[in-house]
Amino acid sequence: MSNSAATNFINVGERTNVTGSARFRKLIEADDYDTALEVARQQVENGAQIIDVNMDEGLLDSEKAMSLFLNLVAAEPDIARVPVMIDSSKWSVIEEGLKCVQGKAIVNSISLKEGEGPFLEQARKVRRYGAAVVVMAFNEEGQAETADQKFEICKRAYKILTETVGFPPEDIIFDPNIFAVATGIEEHNDYGVAFIEATRRIKEEMPLTHVSGGVSNLSFSFRGNDSVREAMHSVFLYHAIQAGMDMGIVNAGQLTVYDDIPEELRELVEDVILNRRDDATDRLLDAAPRFKGEGGAKGREKDLSWRENPVGERLTYSLVHGITDFIEEDTEEARQQAERPLHVIEGPLMAGMNVVGDLFGAGKMFLPQVVKSARVMKQAVAYLQPFLEKEKEELGIVDRPAAGKVLMATVKGDVHDIGKNIVGVVLQCNNYEVIDLGVMVPAAKILETARKENVDIVGLSGLITPSLDEMCFVAAEMDREGFEVPLLIGGATTSRVHTAVKIAPNYSNNQAIYVLDASRAVGVVSKLLSERDRDGYISDIRSDYEKVRTAHLAGDAKKKRISLQAARDNKFDIDWESYTPPKPTFFGPREFEAYDLEELVPCIDWSPFFSTWELRGRYPSILDDNVVGPEARKVFKDAQDMLERMVSEKWLTAKAVIGFWPANAVGDDIELYTGEPRHSQLAVLHTLRQQIARDHSRGRAHTALADFVAPKDSGLLDYMGGFAVTTGHGEEDALARHFKETDDYGRIMFKALADRLAEAFAERMHQRVRKEFWGYASGEKLSNEELISEKYQGIRPAPGYPAQPDHTEKGTLWRLLDVKRKAGIALTESYAMWPGSSVSGLYFSHPDSHYFGVGKIERDQVEDYADRKGWSVEEAERWLAPVLNYDPGRYQGAEVA
Amino acid sequence: MRRKQSWEQLHRAVKERILTIDGAMGTMIQRRKPSEEDYRGVRFKDWASDVKGNNDLLSITQPEMIQEIHEEYLAAGADLIETNTFNAQRISMADYHMEEFSYEINVAAAKLARAAADKFNALTPDQPRFVCGAVGPTNRTASISPDVNNPGFRNTNFDELREAYSEQVRGLMEGGIDIVMIETVFDTLNAKAAGFATLEVFEELDLEVPIMISGTITDRSGRTLSGQTAEAFWYSMRHLRPFSIGLNCALGAELMRPYIADLAHVADVYVSAYPNAGLPNEMGEYDETPHDMACQIEPWAEDGLVNLVGGCCGSTPDHIAHIRQHVAKHKPRVLPEIEPKMRLSGLEPFVAG
Repeated sequence: MSNSAATNFINVGERTNVTGSARFRKLIEADDYDTALEVARQQVENGAQIIDVNMDEGLLDSEKAMSLFLNLVAAEPDIARVPVMIDSSKWSVIEEGLKCVQGKAIVNSISLKEGEGPFLEQARKVRRYGAAVVVMAFNEEGQAETADQKFEICKRAYKILTETVGFPPEDIIFDPNIFAVATGIEEHNDYGVAFIEATRRIKEEMPLTHVSGGVSNLSFSFRGNDSVREAMHSVFLYHAIQAGMDMGIVNAGQLTVYDDIPEELRELVEDVILNRRDDATDRLLDAAPRFKGEGGAKGREKDLSWRENPVGERLTYSLVHGITDFIEEDTEEARQQAERPLHVIEGPLMAGMNVVGDLFGAGKMFLPQVVKSARVMKQAVAYLQPFLEKEKEELGIVDRPAAGKVLMATVKGDVHDIGKNIVGVVLQCNNYEVIDLGVMVPAAKILETARKENVDIVGLSGLITPSLDEMCFVAAEMDREGFEVPLLIGGATTSRVHTAVKIAPNYSNNQAIYVLDASRAVGVVSKLLSERDRDGYISDIRSDYEKVRTAHLAGDAKKKRISLQAARDNKFDIDWESYTPPKPTFFGPREFEAYDLEELVPCIDWSPFFSTWELRGRYPSILDDNVVGPEARKVFKDAQDMLERMVSEKWLTAKAVIGFWPANAVGDDIELYTGEPRHSQLAVLHTLRQQIARDHSRGRAHTALADFVAPKDSGLLDYMGGFAVTTGHGEEDALARHFKETDDYGRIMFKALADRLAEAFAERMHQRVRKEFWGYASGEKLSNEELISEKYQGIRPAPGYPAQPDHTEKGTLWRLLDVKRKAGIALTESYAMWPGSSVSGLYFSHPDSHYFGVGKIERDQVEDYADRKGWSVEEAERWLAPVLNYDPGRYQGAEVA
Repeated sequence: MRRKQSWEQLHRAVKERILTIDGAMGTMIQRRKPSEEDYRGVRFKDWASDVKGNNDLLSITQPEMIQEIHEEYLAAGADLIETNTFNAQRISMADYHMEEFSYEINVAAAKLARAAADKFNALTPDQPRFVCGAVGPTNRTASISPDVNNPGFRNTNFDELREAYSEQVRGLMEGGIDIVMIETVFDTLNAKAAGFATLEVFEELDLEVPIMISGTITDRSGRTLSGQTAEAFWYSMRHLRPFSIGLNCALGAELMRPYIADLAHVADVYVSAYPNAGLPNEMGEYDETPHDMACQIEPWAEDGLVNLVGGCCGSTPDHIAHIRQHVAKHKPRVLPEIEPKMRLSGLEPFVAG
């Protein structure tokens, strides 16, 4: 189904309905309104966007029950935040309900059952009370059964509502009647198709209206077989939503995912619902008992038939499915059967992990599942540990032989480790021993440990650009000290080209190899450690990297840059004369202590979260992706659950400091002043300018961030701001308190979420800056998607990223905002922020300011920049290494166009 | 249905400029320090209970005073004046046992405002003046229980409110108002009852005037007393197809701005705003100067957020004159195109699709 259709589908909670829920009926009959309110609350918590309230029960005073319940709901903000659907077949009950809701509700329902007179009168009142309305496909002759009847009645009702009553079409919801199929009565066979077809025609002719229905009627003849019922609902919704159904009274928690329905059952159900063959009902009836207790969303979890298999298969099952519930008892059983505890690991556990590895390699398992598998494996090994120790004592036996030993570290100056941890987990799953030195590891320690532990491979990770330089250094040191093991390179800013051009030449003893992501790590490591494959593989890499280097050098020569002067002459020109810069509401730093995490949750950009898990795709469409969708949904659900605890139990403390200063541009620098008049300088921010040679006819500027601030000689009083936010405080503590050492899945999830929160915090702060603190866009009202796609005025570029690749500019920002003291974020020697879940940057407000990449720069700018920063050229070349358009080693006054 | 003639004049004027609504009636009455005797006048000389503080009664007992206040606001340049009927329905009047005079008070008050407006319409025909029939929130809430231990209880209900409002609106229409102004809405269900009653009266009289709606955000939580956000409030009232939606009272201009901005963004009708003259000081007085208040409101106009501005508690003709002067040079807000979507609300908005 198309994404937008699925995400636009409105879930109406059905549990507060005495006709649909026996439990709710009993509560109302017993006057237990407190518990009845809990039912409503749970529905809202579980994602019902609207709650349906129905009190149609013969023995109840329905009018009174309706108004009492709605009055009670009004006193519960957690429930009352969502709109109500007032559901009754009696108009008097509906009207009583309408008199109790301050919000805009939905009336469910009115119809032409008693002719146009009562229909008109009720419709007018609904309008006057200010509600939307559900119209049943029902007329004087009865309920519509065929697609034609359904459509004609809806069309007639539409005409009356829009032309006579003046009802807005978007406030009309048609319910074209979902009836039971597969009842054994032949005329009923087409009911599913009739609904779907009618829906399609309604949405074609009356596109602003909505189509809804009570889905559970459909499967009435399969009462008692929830798996089949759920499959029927899911298949029906799948087709009806495609046809345009956009609202439903459903128990969302009990819906099976369409793709998760066993193929045979899906086929049988689809035959029934789409009325594809005459014997469809009989076939489904015959097969139904076989699916009882499986296939349903809940059924599958409860199906424990696998527990009857031999222990080895059970272990494999637990590993593949990431189930920890039975792992200790199964491991114990395997231990009792095995001669030595070590054999359990080498035998059934490794066999299970091999299955996981194969499935992962074949793309049939996804990273989050593999990490869960690792959690199960670790738990089994932890269980065996005491037995292994004991045996070691008794027999003096050495540790189990691993397939190989890999040392991993995030290099000095860098704090980012999620990717590294994932690689570690995946390698461990494949029986490699991993020695993880953590983050900010100096070269000396890497070398020392590698020697002491006699490792087979060294892996380096890093995220920020200065880490690239540090990796070159580690490689050179390894070379100097005579290491002869492969060096793996990974992390967000690393690349095959950089590894080939910059790192590999420093390490001639063996080979530096770039690893794209965790899924490649096992393949690379196993080849490097296989005596048969190793030499061939390394020589392949060597020749590949040689080609990359040659191509890079050739490319270098082609990538002409223009001179700094020419670039400045073509700066990004803003018409300052007709512009009045907005003035911030305060100056200097302002700190935010213990910021409310809950406020950040809606600002989270989820797409990067999925790429952390190597699930490719954009949120939210990734949830419906054919391949990774089911796994994305699972990991997303786990994320939501953990996030809720992180927020409600305050695992993390969010801190921020932001500030504004009077500012004017002077050349490519931005001067900040202590106040007005602008006599004394507070600081100077330096910016870099694009030098790429472009076709001039295009008229594109050579931009520097300084272009977005009014020049000093314009006489305009302009301003700029800066910020640093973190959600990393409490991270270590939370890891220690809430996660077992073996719970890689939880730990990685937690860190990934902390990072997301930090980004969300930056987004939220920027929003508040625009609307409140700088206040230049106080009327701004953007959806979360629009925020993420940066559809706002002004930018917040971070030093070290494309618009200003120099990380050291953070130093100035830290001084201006007193970040260390006010927000507790430290800078490492590479200008990485610690704790890692932190974001910083500058605020620019001009409507024309935009994100851009400086790209590669020439030596003339490097010299100029070094001069402005008070650096030597060599120092500048070191910090700007990733953006140099020349090799500083072989600089010979290269040609500048 | 017939529309009152002033309908078109109003629609024309609001497109041309930002219109000014008058300021506080209560503040101006207090300045004159009327005594219990003044409130009673001749007619209620022997009324059994005290009536001091029943400002709405003054329309009957001190008509000159009320008309004079209207004229001061008109002289200050107000385009719209509000009748002295904030509490003039039988639920609030019950405080003085004066339920039976509700209708009469509304008719009298509307006529006073009408007379004042007509006088200025003759004096300055280029600037048409309009009379808003002020329909207040009453002193009860249909969505909130007055008894914390019994959240399902209510001391009023939709039908009672609807009847009280019917009588009030009928009186105001009889007195010749140009606009029905449902204002200071702190419980949206009360306002829905007022709207329901208003539409019924229009139907009954076969005469329609524009409806203005103005809610009250009670504190920085950004919610009405009954818990709705500004956007949810708009979706709850939108079915009345009002001339304008807006906010008044409770907050000073500075704190009101974000919520006005919210409405300006989501409402495809005109937006009104008439804040208090700051927040009450420790003496319970509003001490924001006319200049300060005007300076706070001007950016709203500058940023295209408003179509009608004015003052609520604590504001005076001087405030209104300053506000009018400050917004005069700015263009009125242009109505945004709002995509037709089902927009529902509980305490929070819900937009389908």
